[in-house]
Amino acid sequence: MASTIHVDIVSAEGEIFSGEASMVFAPAVMGEIGIAPRHAPLLTTLKPGEVRVQTPAGEEHFFFVSGGALEIQPHVVTVLADTALRAHDLDEAAALQAKQRAEEALRARVDKIELAEAQAELARAVAQLRAIEKLRKLRRS
Amino acid sequence: MPGVKEIRIKIASFKSTQKITKAMEMVAASKMRKAQDRMRASRPYAERIRRVIGHLRLANPDFRHPYLIEREPKAVGFIVISTDRGLAGGLNVNLFKATLNAMREWQDRGADVSMCLIGAKAVHFFRRLDLKILATVTHLGDRPHVADLIGTVKVMLDLYKEGKIDRLFLVHNVFVNTMTQRPEVTQLLPVVTEDEDKLQKLWDYIYEPSAADLLEGLLMRYIESQVYRGAVENVACEMAARMVAMKAATDNAGKLIEELQLIYNKARQAAITKEISEIVGGAAAIES
Repeated sequence: MASTIHVDIVSAEGEIFSGEASMVFAPAVMGEIGIAPRHAPLLTTLKPGEVRVQTPAGEEHFFFVSGGALEIQPHVVTVLADTALRAHDLDEAAALQAKQRAEEALRARVDKIELAEAQAELARAVAQLRAIEKLRKLRRS
Repeated sequence: MPGVKEIRIKIASFKSTQKITKAMEMVAASKMRKAQDRMRASRPYAERIRRVIGHLRLANPDFRHPYLIEREPKAVGFIVISTDRGLAGGLNVNLFKATLNAMREWQDRGADVSMCLIGAKAVHFFRRLDLKILATVTHLGDRPHVADLIGTVKVMLDLYKEGKIDRLFLVHNVFVNTMTQRPEVTQLLPVVTEDEDKLQKLWDYIYEPSAADLLEGLLMRYIESQVYRGAVENVACEMAARMVAMKAATDNAGKLIEELQLIYNKARQAAITKEISEIVGGAAAIES
């Protein structure tokens, strides 16, 4: 019987680790857990900490995760790592910021300067086109 | 006949423009490759999280999370991902057109539309229209990070949870290949999960903490990862579109320079001929 367990550590921004392990340690919310092959199916969230992977060759890999989720099936461990520190208050603050930015953008609306800029640009483009037309005509004559 | 000197100056100016567009083309090409790599890198996470959600649903068939329940669509939300900078051909314009079409469709059905904008170009465009813009984020750069998107996504998720929107869509450009980018509207909420037969046989999980909390966290991350993927893909599209646009600009500048060069040669020749005929004429006058 296989005495290893497949481990996948992925984050939204990329795959971090994928391979066989004889033992995995992860910082679950309820406390650190050790996962040996044929562990009971478990689903839990992770808190910021270290995931340790012991390979059958006796090497040990360390990965820092700032939270996320962990899924255990008898022969597969999946760590869905967060790339950012998450906490309810932090998320709330980020949402608030996004709202504020929207309000600011709306307040600025289309001001006169922008319109003048666009008009000037248009005039310049028209002039340039005219010049090119003239040159073309000259060339043909 | 325009002066020889004026034409020469014009040629020089076109040449320097050509140099710039050529440089931009090359920069865009290398950035595009990197963006494509990041696009590929984000795939495993989305797939795994999708599978875990599928397992979770299978294990708890009677447990329903609001994100998974279909509601009568009275109000819809759109998350629009655009670029921050221009000079990318028709990329953004096509995207906005697709957004407006989708929006009109919902408005015709009497649904209320609210927006969440990612990218400076979208903010510029949509603020001219009389729309409900609830959240924006700009200047993500060429390497968007999930952390920068959390806030905007949360605003929309909260609205959904409060029942203020009944459906959430993501509008972004899909990278088909270097020459083609297609705007696409995909549904984020309620979450559409894959066929249940495709999933592996179910296990009864041990949950820590409760299944509801876990599902909530997973679904939120799943949607964030979708938006992140959209943002990364949009960067790849931006770079591809810019590469093509700049290539066209470089070629056009080359053509113009060629034309001008001919005119320049003609003008120069005319000036020389005129000078010679003047000298000959002058000499003839003295001799006679």
